[in-house]
Amino acid sequence: MVQFLLNNEMVKLQAFAPSLSILDWLRTNMGKVGSKEGCASGDCGACTVVVGDLINGEWHYKSINACLMLVGNLHGKHLLTVEALTTKMNPAVEDLHPVQRAMVECHGSQCGFCTPGFIMSLFALYMNFETYPGKEKVIQALGGNLCRCTGYQPILKAAEKCFSYQNQAAQNIAHKDHRFSKQVQALTISLEKDLALNKIPMIENTASGSEGQYFYLPQNLSQLCELKASHPKAQFVAGATDLSVEFSQRLSYNNQLISVRYCPELMQFNEDEQGLHIGAALPYSEFLDRFSEIYPESHELFERLGSLQIRNAGSLGGSIANASPIGDPAPLFIALNASLELQSIRGNRIMPLQDFFLDYRKTQLAQDEVIVAIHIPTRAPEFNLSCHKISKRIEDDISAVCLVLSYQLDGDKMQDVRCAMGGMAATPALAKNVAQALEGKTFSLENLQNAALQIQVDFQPLSDVRASSAYRLQVSRNLFDRIWYQGSGKIQLQQDSDLAIHSISAIHTRINHASL
Amino acid sequence: MRHFKTDKPSGSTNNAIGSSFIHESAVKQVIGKAAYIDDRPEEVNSLHAYPVLSTISSGKILSIDTSDALQIEGVVAIYGTQDIPGKNDIGPVFSGDILLTDDVIEYHSQPILLVVATSYQTARIAARKVAIEYQETAAVIDIKEAIANKSWVRPPHALHRGDAQQAIKDATHQVSGELYVGGQEHFYLEGQVSIATPTEDGGMFIQSSSQHPSEVQHLVAKVLNQPFNYITVEMRRMGGAFGGKETQAAPWACLAALAAYYTGRSVKIRLSRSDDFKSTGKRHPFYNTYQVGFDDNGLITGVDIDINGYCGYSPDLSDAIVDRALFHADNAYYYPNAHINGNRCKTNTVSNTAFRGFGGPQGMIMAEQLVDDIAYYLGKDPLEIRKLNLYAPGRDLTPYKQKVEQFILQDMIAQMEQESDYWARKAAIESFNKTSPIIKKGLSLTPVKFGISFTVQHLNQAGALVVIYSDGTVHVNHGGTEMGQGLNTKIAQIVAQTLSIDMQHILVNATRTDKVPNTSPTAASSGTDLNGMAALNAANTIKERLFEFAAKHFDVKPDSLALVDNQLTHEKGQISFAELINLAYLNRISLSSTGFYATPEIYYDREKAEGHPFFYYAYGIALSEVEIDVLTGENTVTRVDILHDVGNSINPALDVGQIEGAFIQGMGWLTTEDLSWNDNGVLASNAPATYKIPAIGDTPAEFNVTLYDSKNPATTVFKSKAVGEPPFMLGISVWSALRNAVASITDYQFAPSLNTPATAECVLGAVQVAKDWLQDQKSGKQGTDKKGTGDA
Repeated sequence: MVQFLLNNEMVKLQAFAPSLSILDWLRTNMGKVGSKEGCASGDCGACTVVVGDLINGEWHYKSINACLMLVGNLHGKHLLTVEALTTKMNPAVEDLHPVQRAMVECHGSQCGFCTPGFIMSLFALYMNFETYPGKEKVIQALGGNLCRCTGYQPILKAAEKCFSYQNQAAQNIAHKDHRFSKQVQALTISLEKDLALNKIPMIENTASGSEGQYFYLPQNLSQLCELKASHPKAQFVAGATDLSVEFSQRLSYNNQLISVRYCPELMQFNEDEQGLHIGAALPYSEFLDRFSEIYPESHELFERLGSLQIRNAGSLGGSIANASPIGDPAPLFIALNASLELQSIRGNRIMPLQDFFLDYRKTQLAQDEVIVAIHIPTRAPEFNLSCHKISKRIEDDISAVCLVLSYQLDGDKMQDVRCAMGGMAATPALAKNVAQALEGKTFSLENLQNAALQIQVDFQPLSDVRASSAYRLQVSRNLFDRIWYQGSGKIQLQQDSDLAIHSISAIHTRINHASL
Repeated sequence: MRHFKTDKPSGSTNNAIGSSFIHESAVKQVIGKAAYIDDRPEEVNSLHAYPVLSTISSGKILSIDTSDALQIEGVVAIYGTQDIPGKNDIGPVFSGDILLTDDVIEYHSQPILLVVATSYQTARIAARKVAIEYQETAAVIDIKEAIANKSWVRPPHALHRGDAQQAIKDATHQVSGELYVGGQEHFYLEGQVSIATPTEDGGMFIQSSSQHPSEVQHLVAKVLNQPFNYITVEMRRMGGAFGGKETQAAPWACLAALAAYYTGRSVKIRLSRSDDFKSTGKRHPFYNTYQVGFDDNGLITGVDIDINGYCGYSPDLSDAIVDRALFHADNAYYYPNAHINGNRCKTNTVSNTAFRGFGGPQGMIMAEQLVDDIAYYLGKDPLEIRKLNLYAPGRDLTPYKQKVEQFILQDMIAQMEQESDYWARKAAIESFNKTSPIIKKGLSLTPVKFGISFTVQHLNQAGALVVIYSDGTVHVNHGGTEMGQGLNTKIAQIVAQTLSIDMQHILVNATRTDKVPNTSPTAASSGTDLNGMAALNAANTIKERLFEFAAKHFDVKPDSLALVDNQLTHEKGQISFAELINLAYLNRISLSSTGFYATPEIYYDREKAEGHPFFYYAYGIALSEVEIDVLTGENTVTRVDILHDVGNSINPALDVGQIEGAFIQGMGWLTTEDLSWNDNGVLASNAPATYKIPAIGDTPAEFNVTLYDSKNPATTVFKSKAVGEPPFMLGISVWSALRNAVASITDYQFAPSLNTPATAECVLGAVQVAKDWLQDQKSGKQGTDKKGTGDA
């Protein structure tokens, strides 16, 4: 049985198809049709709901795509849907929750189909900030919600306006004195008691009559490894940001699932003298703040990884185990010389990430193994990192090319150069010839440009829907110019063969996109 | 900054027109209670259907094996062409659009069969289990192949005045060029969906997310071989449409009806997003070429433009769409001599269809390319060339001989030049570009002149039904459909104004074919113009009856009667509207009325290629500022100023909402929205993961929208103007500004052609062409053509 709160009700589920998404469950089984299906692939945000994690007796809320997250992973959570925000039957504008009221008053809905999703993303923002957090945070929060009618201008206004109302307890369920919140408090106590008694929660699909359909939620790593050993066909699931797309688009359903989200070993984030250790199942958003403090150069790469909903659900382990040729984290972590900790009932092994990928969606992971964590060596003082992502759209798009370069600067010489790229081959991979061409060289435009010529030796990229092969090669070459401009703080400006040196502060090296 | 008041208006009810009322569904939408078709509770024994779609683009079906699919538990039936009781051809204007095929395959994902099952998931899975053998033939995907073979879905049509070729030859300067204009997926957030429920009469009740309920009614009747009066279509709201549900909603309604006809049960069809991408039509891509002759000042003397629309496999609405491209290939500029030809090219792709602008954008962009190219050729500022060539008194005849009678663009541009600081910003950008090697900025102001009316004359009619209940509350139905644009809100405002009652007393909801019959699609930006006028006429009819009754009843002079602030006032006193209505009811006065409207003055003589196809023109201008990265081609829009003419605005908030949304949609069309087919005609960009519409961060950091202060000189409802489509084409300013940024590389002497969408890859390609051109100039290469591409 899995058990969770839906708005202000307790839900206990014994039997369901393990592949059932929260969205299908809400719309088909619960008659809660406020959350919409726009794409069923996590790209439009119309199904956005808010999920609370119970940490030390307090709920922490975040937005997720209901079309991706599976019902089984709601165990112990608090699911909030658009239906919860206003409890009055025929509300006046003034009766609405502040985010709803602001959307109405700013004319933020036209056709209204994307609106419940925007409301829930705004609601998560509202819950997590006491005052208007600024446009950049708003764009991060809403980058995964598509609107085809408004052009977003009124929604940006609403995101600001919702923080401007006097907070009235009677009308705002985010207020702890609200009747709704009091009900949730009472239910939380009872949920906590029940959770403590439930050793290995699971749901089965008894309804379909199909044998062997299950969704296990092991509570520690040894349980998990044993389950995987005894259920070799079972698939691991964390945020299901890739898996659910297999279900909804390819109609290839695996109904033998083991959740990795309830193993504390896979949900950790530690720092010690060896470096950083990131649990494989830990959602991106849980470690990005700290990670970005250590590696601020990777901030943009992560801000542009999927949407906030995806970052709230997806994990490094999921991305790496899926071995997508274009997953953005892999090039970064290969360049950081990260290694994977793999575990099975047979034991534990550590493998450099660069060796993990074998071919298109093929990895070294054995059938009974799970990725426990990603280990990243401690950052050395002279370590340099440069991350670049090229895609059609800035927000929520998959890379045409992802390029990450790292090196130690010894005086003006580059040492331990590592260059990893995504989108250029069947797997994320090291550009070995590029790195070799830079090893021991001074950091200069000429050396970088010469090394960039090696890209075509390292890779013969494909042409596909995201970019042509020629563009991939050209743009990745040109990115080495950008690396120079951004790394050197200088710029060589060729003007009628006169060389002028400008200080970087006067030169734009990136477009002024709203989110950059 | 948004230049209008969003506060709920207070005070006199005589100010309903011009007030920014919130959308009638806004509160329902934000609380999740606004119901779309898939949100309706399902009947206990209802079924789900899903089409079996072809996996090739061109060929023949050799065999079909449904046995595996039929064995799946929950599959009820599979239907094909042989099961259609009536017609299989559902072409909206011309024949050729096929519901199901059993023989020839003309595009990828063409519907072949219909699987009916007890659940959505089962129907989808079973549809993929049907085994079909094909004999595949080579698909025509390249438009140049279709042009070479003269393979058309409808015959070409051309506009002509004077001898264009001679005028170009005689001109001091000539420039020519070509442009591939990309298509666009509608990406309405609510995909295609329909429910058909058999009625006790043996007919069908259809709920369809359609812009054209009457056509759905007619086509369902034809497919089922039933009279129109047995089919009723209801449409409460669409989750976006943009033209994509004008004709493209009908097949799914017809198929649901087919399954409901045989099973006697309610049947729903809802396409998955990627099947919606693959098997419904899109904005037509175009391939256009032009030649233009002009004098030293840049004044155009002659143009010859060839416009080729990728129509896909069938006519659908392509004839009218390519016509509208022709009618807008002048945009706002006077061509003394012109030849503008439009081809309707047949390709093995899904039949392309209506999309906001309806071909207008793809024609208009040629006019903007042409004036830009003249400017770069002469080394002049593009805005100067634009201003010089605008329609003006005496230079007022379009290539289709309609006289332009309103000349407000000159004033609008002057206002923008001043308020948005065009010349100072242009100078600042040019100086920035000189010292910025990686980031280049661009600036462009482009106008829009867009003709309002359906070019198919009979569609310019509308009906409405206004009923007043005995408590004084009002229910309005009309032939238009609500897709988010706020039509129902505007209609309510029109009725509120006419009857001088508060908006809260008026309810406008579902469009139904049994309330208002024989309606036109809500398209061509005409929703309010047509249906608003019909509702106004209906309300006025009732108002006249009330006045006639009140004059007699109170024994007062008719001209002393007035409806003011929920009251009827007269020389002897006053009575509340609700009391008046009750009194009228007791005195047996009819309190409901239909209203009808037909647009006057419009006609088009196709033989002569001339006429007066448009009732009036809507105008707008946009000034866009962009940045490009010459290393990567990445680009962004940093500031946009828009001045747009909606005449006397009925609801400024809704109108500004249309303008902002249309602009961003137009910007997306020309920048990130990249439809890509592989060589076999399979749509590769078939989901939001691969097809990128603008996201919230793409909204320009500074985005100013102002309504131009004017009244429509044509006799429209409260002197307003249509607003749905015209601002879409303001997005062309972004594309033109991107070219301007690229042209900075050549010091504005040459701007490479920039095919659309101008993705980063496309922009980087243009940057390379500009750099090569500059290199050639420096190395003193002879014979380098300064003109646009095409004849170089």
